Amino acid sequence: MSILVDRETRVICQGITGASGQFHTKGCLDYGTRMVGGVTPGKGGETSLGLPVFDTVEEAVRQTGANATMIFVPAPFTADAILEAVDAGITLIVAITEGVPVLDMVHVHDVVRRGNVRLIGPNCPGIITAGECKIGIMPGYIHQRGKVGVISRSGTLTYEAVWQTSNLGLGQTTCVGLGGDPIVGTSFIDLLALFQADDETEAILMIGEIGGSAEEEAAAFIGERVTKPVAAFIAGRTAPPGKRMGHAGAIISGGKGTAAEKTAALEGVGIEVAKSPADMGIAVARAMAKRR
Amino acid sequence: MKIHEFQGKELFRAAGIVVPEGRVARSSGEAAAAFTALGGPVAVVKSQIHAGGRGKGTVLDDPSQRGVQLVRSADEAGQVAGRLLGRKLVTIQTGPAGRTVRQVYVEAGCDIARELYLGIVLDRAAALPVLMVSTEGGVEIEKVAAETPERIHKEHFEPHAGLHAFQVRKLRKKLGIAGPTVRGADAFMKRLCRLFVDLDCSLVEVNPLVVTQAGDLTALDAKITFDDNSLFRHAKLTELRDLAEEDPAEVRAGEAGLSYVKMEGNIACLVNGAGLAMSTMDIIKYHGGEPANFLDVGGGAKTEQVTEAFRILLSDPNVKAVLVNIFGGIMQCTTIARALLEAYRTVGFNVPLVVRLEGTEVEEGRRILAESGVDIIGATDLSDAARKVVAAANRA
Repeated sequence: MSILVDRETRVICQGITGASGQFHTKGCLDYGTRMVGGVTPGKGGETSLGLPVFDTVEEAVRQTGANATMIFVPAPFTADAILEAVDAGITLIVAITEGVPVLDMVHVHDVVRRGNVRLIGPNCPGIITAGECKIGIMPGYIHQRGKVGVISRSGTLTYEAVWQTSNLGLGQTTCVGLGGDPIVGTSFIDLLALFQADDETEAILMIGEIGGSAEEEAAAFIGERVTKPVAAFIAGRTAPPGKRMGHAGAIISGGKGTAAEKTAALEGVGIEVAKSPADMGIAVARAMAKRR
Repeated sequence: MKIHEFQGKELFRAAGIVVPEGRVARSSGEAAAAFTALGGPVAVVKSQIHAGGRGKGTVLDDPSQRGVQLVRSADEAGQVAGRLLGRKLVTIQTGPAGRTVRQVYVEAGCDIARELYLGIVLDRAAALPVLMVSTEGGVEIEKVAAETPERIHKEHFEPHAGLHAFQVRKLRKKLGIAGPTVRGADAFMKRLCRLFVDLDCSLVEVNPLVVTQAGDLTALDAKITFDDNSLFRHAKLTELRDLAEEDPAEVRAGEAGLSYVKMEGNIACLVNGAGLAMSTMDIIKYHGGEPANFLDVGGGAKTEQVTEAFRILLSDPNVKAVLVNIFGGIMQCTTIARALLEAYRTVGFNVPLVVRLEGTEVEEGRRILAESGVDIIGATDLSDAARKVVAAANRA
């Protein structure tokens, strides 16, 4: 098994006729993802990459049976695109777009948490179940089917971690990029629960960064509910306070959200925390060895 | 995006939030004239910089001068302004170098009965804005939060609905507000929450919020930070940006679509992706070096961007070595290799360059670099790259 996506997942792309939407829809098709269509208001009836384009998500769902969407629309319209997908009954929404206004996400988050839907992102690389389904912008070939569930707030740093676990022969089940914004649809805790329940996932690697308290909340959850081995890395040990480090959510404010605090919280519940980003894969191996 | 106190107060006034009368001054003469125009027996001359702690902050080369001073005449206002303008003010938030005071705000004095605290931030865990109030105004709120958290009271609110009447009553009670102040307090809290939403703020802070002897409420300070992602719908607000308050290299990077933060070390780094860029700084430090910067060239960096990135990195005189760390995902290693060579040739390198490439088309990318004849130190993985760049910086 895996979590959230597999070879049965039927995916549309909102913003399929834009440059990024088109480029990455092709990347997903090449990986073997079951892409079934796209949506661009005003371009209904056209085709893109051989896929039917619809004016609305509602039509796309009715005609293609899509149950997942990958969103590439520009930031000012992303919240609306997410709400449209929720309204159309899509159950997995992956928002790649960077730069979505925070207060837009406050409203979206409220709608999403009341519905039967999972939102990943925004400002994220997406989700991939190795060898089955890729919804996002990550390079598919670095993934190798295996034992580790990966959860991360980052993009390229996740690729680094995936690469390390592939090279060690551990491989991955599903890898999820949560997104680098202050408010995102899915938390570490949501996915920890899913990976804990997934038979194929033997260990979990979580990659956090400075800012907010998501890692501390995850640590508390792991302490109570997760029995599988967990390893972690926290980026931003050297980041200065009060500065936004690329991601809108990566900022130490009022002395809170430091890497040291997060590391202490994770180690406090027995999680193997890599001290160097070069040791993320090794930390997973160590965590797994400890349990045997 | 941050703005100055006097700009924040203009926005407060427009939103019906009470602030003392005041005037901006950029010279002694203007400050003296401002005092006269205000017409009161006392005024306060306040340094305008994008950092907190100005009241306790002192002028770098004249520590007897504080950043905020009470004055009792037009002459005195002019003299104090003269001792602040053009000088560097050091506060707990500026770092030891301080910030140049380019303007002061001359504000009418008010009689203070009580000092309260009022702030609105985004509560990330709750995914909602939260209004925080405290009876401990005029001091650092972080200190109150750490030492006496029970004295901070919070109410979350939904952006469209704003603060409900019952929430205002709860907070008013906890602040001990009664009698003639009640009506003003209700309006104050509701309007401040409305302003936070209407202007897409990420922070609004009033510290202190003053209760006068007559029982009126006045915002003695105004600190506003806007959500950068929302500025596209507030064209007017972008005019409030003060580039003089920002690091010139960071401004330049921003214009090139790069995310750059200056640090104090001597090893520059150029990385794709924010998380990997932070981790690259971390691993430099882990191997005994000191990073000179954070730099994320983004997912689809072009040759011009990489060239500009190198120019910015090398304009820092502290830099003794440069580390390029690229995990090519969507960006192909061949693209970045060609961009690196082009940039190397046009910028003119005078320090060692260590390059670690991984990911899409890595073999071809490495071959392009190797065959270029350019003096690049190759690295096989992240640790190798960090060790090599630290060694190179130490040799220099």
